[in-house]
Amino acid sequence: MSSSARFDGRIVIVGASLAGLYAAETLRDAGFQGQLTLIGDEPYPPYDRPPLSKAVLAGRIPASHTFLPQVRDIDAEWLLGVPASGLDIEQHIVLLGDGRHIPYDRLLIATGTRARTWPDAAQAALDGVCAIRTLDDSAYLRERLQTGPKHVLVIGAGFIGSEVASICRELGLAVTVVERSDAPMAGALGAAAGLATARMQRNHGVDLRCNVTVMALEGDEQGRLCRARLSDGDTLEVDVAVVALGAVRNVEWLANSGLAVDARGVVCDGACRVFDANGIVTDDIFVAGDVARWPHPLYDGQLLAVEHWGNALAQAKVAAHNMVCAPSERLPHRHIPTFWSHQFGFNIKSIGLPTLADEIVVTQGAVTERRFVAVYGQKGRVVAAVAVNMPRALEFYASLIENRAAFPPVLHAAYGPAVPNVIPAGFPAFGQPTHSEVAAATGPGPSSHMTNGVVPDFSKLPDPRIPFGPASL
Amino acid sequence: MKLVVDLNKCQSYGQCVFAAPAVFRMRGEEALEFDYTPDDSLRQQVERAAAACPVQAIMLGRSSERMALEQPSVGLTGNVRSSMKEQVTHEQ
Repeated sequence: MSSSARFDGRIVIVGASLAGLYAAETLRDAGFQGQLTLIGDEPYPPYDRPPLSKAVLAGRIPASHTFLPQVRDIDAEWLLGVPASGLDIEQHIVLLGDGRHIPYDRLLIATGTRARTWPDAAQAALDGVCAIRTLDDSAYLRERLQTGPKHVLVIGAGFIGSEVASICRELGLAVTVVERSDAPMAGALGAAAGLATARMQRNHGVDLRCNVTVMALEGDEQGRLCRARLSDGDTLEVDVAVVALGAVRNVEWLANSGLAVDARGVVCDGACRVFDANGIVTDDIFVAGDVARWPHPLYDGQLLAVEHWGNALAQAKVAAHNMVCAPSERLPHRHIPTFWSHQFGFNIKSIGLPTLADEIVVTQGAVTERRFVAVYGQKGRVVAAVAVNMPRALEFYASLIENRAAFPPVLHAAYGPAVPNVIPAGFPAFGQPTHSEVAAATGPGPSSHMTNGVVPDFSKLPDPRIPFGPASL
Repeated sequence: MKLVVDLNKCQSYGQCVFAAPAVFRMRGEEALEFDYTPDDSLRQQVERAAAACPVQAIMLGRSSERMALEQPSVGLTGNVRSSMKEQVTHEQ
């Protein structure tokens, strides 16, 4: 332990989900003995989101069986069910939605993201139209699925939409998935890998429509959803619509705070310390999880914003450690983004940042066997890998990514294609996202750049009802 | 009792499934699913499962604090509503 006095001021953590909880535990593990407060906008203790689109929807575990374990005592004050509405960094005060002022000596921002809403408010308010992000969302949707809806519509075939469709098919429900880009999960895995998953969706009976959007949702006189009009000219009789159009960062409470924050997230340095709007790093405000935009040495000059469970956990621990340690003992957050999804009986795992890639090649297994590993390359260097039903094979690729190995990699894998077949990865050109990206390099930081004196409005996402033209790979 | 599995660390070796089949199971060939809140009577099996995992992916709840032990019912705010309805109201 260094000679500097141990910090024993008051720490406030805004955000009481995965990142907030395990940051609190890490603070106590590090010997922090001061006052600790956690603030959460939902009226629940921390719970895990992944099962909400899987086992809970399927009815295999109840929604109340998703609360996260506390590995150790944390002796914290919990302010739940109240959102933060503002931040005064000069007075060191968090402002709550109920008017309370919560003073802090050090602050951790962990407010995460929320589900993007359907752009038409009246249609979004129809009974049967819902999101799938919170515990209440999942319980609500589970109830609706149990009533045996005639036809479920899933808007968006990202990971969450695809998982919901998978559960609908397990329950024997008719489901149509509408996806604006060429393939499911194209935003996260690229169209080439996405097309492989499109086949598996259709093999499981999903009515999958790519290059199509939902133009409008219509209700009956009682305000219940009954119909959806699609851009391919079709009209579907549907009674449940799950809006799975990605996530929006919970940064509104930080507007006018003087921090470097916009719709892409809260900018921090390699130690998770937040920058102010002048590009000066603070020493008492930290950020972790989905809401952070953070630098990574492997992705020079770009800030990453990822919505992955693994990053929230790893970053929470690094931020918390750095909040109370001596400056010389600070750790860098160098986490390689990792992700997994369970759908249609498949275990999909990815490591690295596929969205940077221009090419992809299968290195092990075969798509036709439904077991394979594919590697992503950017300008001749390995940047990511994805494994379908081959989880034990993936770890090896971490070293290729960290070492920026040459792409395509020469592996001489025993169980792999004889001749490497490198094809375009199929990501949209930069600046044309299909929806808010689940893991992305978001441009240089720390402060928002201006063009002709105007700060771009990063909160303006493309309207999900407007189809793209057919894209070429 | 409470637990969570780090499904990034998990590589589907399945030792947990052998040790505590009422708590851990595979969907398809390689996708682990588990109960976050198994009955306390299964504690020994769960401890064995956590110890047996070759990648130590299982995190067990060991705190005895009130918040840690809470089992809230879902729908604390009344009728369960989609979060999107709340957002839409705010944005109007």
